[in-house]
Parts: sequence; C-alpha cells; structure tokens
Amino acid sequence: MAQDLNYLKETPSQTAGPYVHIGLAPGAAGFDIYERELGWDIAGPNAKGERIRVEGVVIDGMGSPIKDVLLEAWQANADGIYAHPEHEGDVEDGFRGWGRVITDFDTGEWGFDTVKPGPVRLPDGKVSAPHISLWIVARGINIGLQTRLYFEDEEDANAKDPVINLIEWERRRQTLIARKSTRDGETVYRFEVKLQGQDETVFFDI
Amino acid sequence: MKPGPLYQRNRDRHPPALTPDYKTSVSRSPQYSMISLETSVSEITGPVFGHNDIDPLDRDLLNNYAKPGENPIGERIILHGRVLDENARPVPNTLVEIWQANAGGRYRHKKDTYLAPIDPNFGGCGRTLTDENGYYYFRTVKPGAYPWRNWVNNWRPAHIHMSIFGTAFAQRLITQCYFEGDPLIAKCPIVKTIPDPDGIDQLIARLDMNATIPLDTIAYKFDVVLRGRRSTLFENRLEGN
Ligand SMILES: [Fe+3]
Repeated sequence: MAQDLNYLKETPSQTAGPYVHIGLAPGAAGFDIYERELGWDIAGPNAKGERIRVEGVVIDGMGSPIKDVLLEAWQANADGIYAHPEHEGDVEDGFRGWGRVITDFDTGEWGFDTVKPGPVRLPDGKVSAPHISLWIVARGINIGLQTRLYFEDEEDANAKDPVINLIEWERRRQTLIARKSTRDGETVYRFEVKLQGQDETVFFDI
Repeated sequence: MKPGPLYQRNRDRHPPALTPDYKTSVSRSPQYSMISLETSVSEITGPVFGHNDIDPLDRDLLNNYAKPGENPIGERIILHGRVLDENARPVPNTLVEIWQANAGGRYRHKKDTYLAPIDPNFGGCGRTLTDENGYYYFRTVKPGAYPWRNWVNNWRPAHIHMSIFGTAFAQRLITQCYFEGDPLIAKCPIVKTIPDPDGIDQLIARLDMNATIPLDTIAYKFDVVLRGRRSTLFENRLEGN
C-alpha cells in the first residue's frame, strides 16, 4: 500500500427540501424569529453605479414556475470589485454583493434590487463581462445549481467574455442573458431559468 | 504560497441531478451537461459575515423561540463539530445555518400540514459563525421522523438541514445531518440519492458522550468538509500576463 494522501472528502450535498425558507429566509417566509435577516440588501445605501432590479422565475421540465426556490446572488460592485479580502480594491461602505431571495409561494416570481456590476479584470489580463453569479436550491434539486446572469445591453463585453465563449452553441449562450426593460423609470432585467428542455439554462460545474 | 483555485468538485461524491426514486428530481434536474469552469475571482470570493450579522442566541434553538421560562418538548441535544476543507484545515468565521422539524416531526412552515402538533416554544432555525478553529455548536431538540409524499409510505429519518458558506462562493453547500442508529436512514430515497455508501456515512452524526452535559443535554458530533484549494506553489501562468 502506498501512503495515504490524507485529503478529506467533501461532505455530500442534499436537497434543501421544501422548507428551506425556515432556515435561510424566515422573515421572507413570514416567520418572525431573527432581528436581522441576511441577504436582503445587496448593494447598501452608498453603492455607486446604476440601480437596477433583477427579476425572474425558475421553470421546471413541465413548463411550470417553481414556487419553492431559494436563490443566492454574488456580484462585484460597479467598479468590478468583490467585497472580499482576496480581491484587491475597495468597495463602498455597506456594499456586500451578496443577496438571497425566495420565490413568491403563489407565482414563483423572484426579484431583488441591486446595482449593476462592473466588468471584472481577471489575472490573465482578460476581462469578465458584468455578471451576477447565481446559486439555486429547491426541493428536488440535489445539489445547488450554479449559473451566471449577464446583461442584454453589454453586447460587446459579452462577446469577449471568456466564460460565455466556453459555450459552443450560440443558442445556449442566450440562456445567460437577462432581458432589459423599463418600468416606472426603473431598469428591470428579467432572467428566466429553465431547468430542462431545448432552452435549458447553462449551468456550470465550477 | 497563495491560495489558488478550488480543487475540482468530486461529482461522484454528490448525488446526480436525476434520481428517479426521489421523484421531484425528475422534472427539476438539468439534462444537458454542465459547462466546466476553473474557479476564477467570481467563485473564489464569497460573502463575508461577522458578529454584527447575528445574535449569540441564534445558535440556541432551545431558547431562541421559546417563551421566557419555557422550553421546547423533546430530547435536548448539542450538535457540534468543525467545518474543515479537503486539506483538513479549519474554516474559521464561516456562517452555518440550520433548520429542522420539532420533536414530533412538524415544521413551522405554512406548507407543512403533518398532523403532529406545532410546538409553541420551538421555531426550528438557528445560525452561528465558526470560531477561529472552525468549531461550531448548536443547542436544540432532536427532530422527529416525518412522512412525505414520494412513494405511498416514505418517512424521512430524523435530520437537521445545514447550510454552510466557506470563503468562496463555489464552496457553498447545503446538506442534511442524520443521527447514528436510525433505521430509517437506509430506507430514505433522499439519502439514497448519494451514490457512495461512505458519503452517506459522512452525513451521520455520532453520539458524543464526551460533549454531553450530564443531567442536561446529550451530544452529537458532526463535522463538515468543504472543498479545498490549491496552493499556487507551482503556478505555471504568471499573474498579470
Ligand atoms: Fe426536512
């Protein structure tokens, strides 16, 4: 027998189940227990850049919106800086870049307010187009699904984005692009996640 | 040595997306291949939490919802352990959140209609940060088994749902902690989504008599392992090039 490498093994994932809201978003689910809820304010009051709203649904293989999803968002600020000690640069006081939302129990619609992230400079000199990383869990999803939301009005940046360019099929690239509209003077990006079918959203093994 | 990208996730260790014996997965499992991506700045960073975000009482489910002077019904337990990475290094200051049914197997959730009663003194959720050694603990009651609609007669083993962050968004993990000796574990279609028996064992907390508080609370130990990271010791691509 050779020596043991002594690595530990990652704990296996299990579904978040139907009651994930109790644990991760009790306030949003109408259960009053914590004084401070986490993840409802992504950008904070001092963030620079354009205020936007992001909305969507997650659709299952039957074409129905899933009504018990929880999503988490992770994004850079308008300068392309992540609020994390390993990313060089400063973010505005109160900018966290992380958010958590649940869907409406009746419609499956979700949405959050934030600022539009800036392009992120990568160590190899390439630039990542503005994007928001999303992590999706629900009953029936055995391990959290990772995807990225890109912006319709960043066509040039998207065309050069190294991650989008990993996707061979043009049609599949489109699944990562949020569609822009304006409502009451506010910019809204809509992002529909499809778990199955011809227009299945691209998910990443990261 | 600087920490670099995460080790590739060992997908054999995790349930596949499609597990037909857990029926809900059939219409909620992506069918195309995932696109593999080496972790870059968007994934090796992740949210940072501090003591301002939570209250010390949040980790005490025996008291965080109970009326003053009252306690939830059920077996009083301590659930404790460490959060480590695949390199066996502790993950300090990371957020651990749990949720669970009460001792009768009922969740405080409007979609849960099981006939076991709601416990007026039990909320069913808690959260804490690991300390500088990656250590965490909760006080709670042991949850009850409950029936669920999958096959006609499926019962979930007693379990506590657990969400862990780590330092990188790509380490994000939700799992479930089961309890040593429960005969329902081997029968559960959700447990059996995990392909590797050794992986199932990793989700079973051990009775830990040493951590038990005599005449008060029994203890179970449950360690969690998150993905590890490479060191850039042999970096073959200079940064900035
Ligand atoms: Fe459960």
